[in-house]
Amino acid sequence: MSLGDSSTELGKIRGLGSAREGGEHWIAERVSSVALLLLGVWLIASLLMLPGLDHGTLREWLRTPLGAVPMALFVITAFYHGLDGMKVVVDDYVHEPGNNFALNTLLLFLAVGGAAFALFALGKIAFGGAA
Amino acid sequence: MAEQRERPLSPHLGVWRWGPGMTASIFHRISGGALTVAGLAVLTWWLLALADGSEAYGDFAAIASTWVGIVVLVGLTWAFFQHLLSGIRHLVMDTGENLELRANKNGAILTFVGAILLTAALWFYILGVAE
Repeated sequence: MSLGDSSTELGKIRGLGSAREGGEHWIAERVSSVALLLLGVWLIASLLMLPGLDHGTLREWLRTPLGAVPMALFVITAFYHGLDGMKVVVDDYVHEPGNNFALNTLLLFLAVGGAAFALFALGKIAFGGAA
Repeated sequence: MAEQRERPLSPHLGVWRWGPGMTASIFHRISGGALTVAGLAVLTWWLLALADGSEAYGDFAAIASTWVGIVVLVGLTWAFFQHLLSGIRHLVMDTGENLELRANKNGAILTFVGAILLTAALWFYILGVAE
């Protein structure tokens, strides 16, 4: 049994027991929360320590590896964890299977799409010429 | 045939006396939802505006510094700290610690006090520097 595998051996043989996949989701939600704890505190501390929040200062910061890389990790982890959390809420309150599937799919598209736009913008800042 | 009797229902939300633990729990969901929907939208918009150039960033900064913009940003910072502190509380409880009634209640109250204090400290600092 690996970490987060919530089914018992007998349950596996019988195909019964726990939901069988929930454990991995539960662990993933907590691992991403620890990552966001570190990255979120990093983001707030970095913004406070910058000499200003004007366009030039922010761009210059996001063109350094120590600005761009944690920011990319923050964007990916925040969208991942946000989608994970929304899925828990949807699964709790939307019981009809069709609606549940439709809403979770919509949230998946929004999260992947949003993350793609945010990463595109970050890449353009980090790799583009000086503004 | 036996007389049909109303079967007892399991207790639901309405039968419990409202307490700090329940409040922390629902605020964890509300703040998480707010951070995912509004927080990630603002983050993506901010990065896209930064990537677009100083004119687009000026538009973003102008909207962000209206009173509506500041209320949204203060609200998001508060949601961030509330979710962060109550997330830490959940990670502690996941290890099986702090489940005794009194300690657990105090932990729930601490998340609210801490989130308000951190939000206030952050914004007094930001607005103090901006003066």
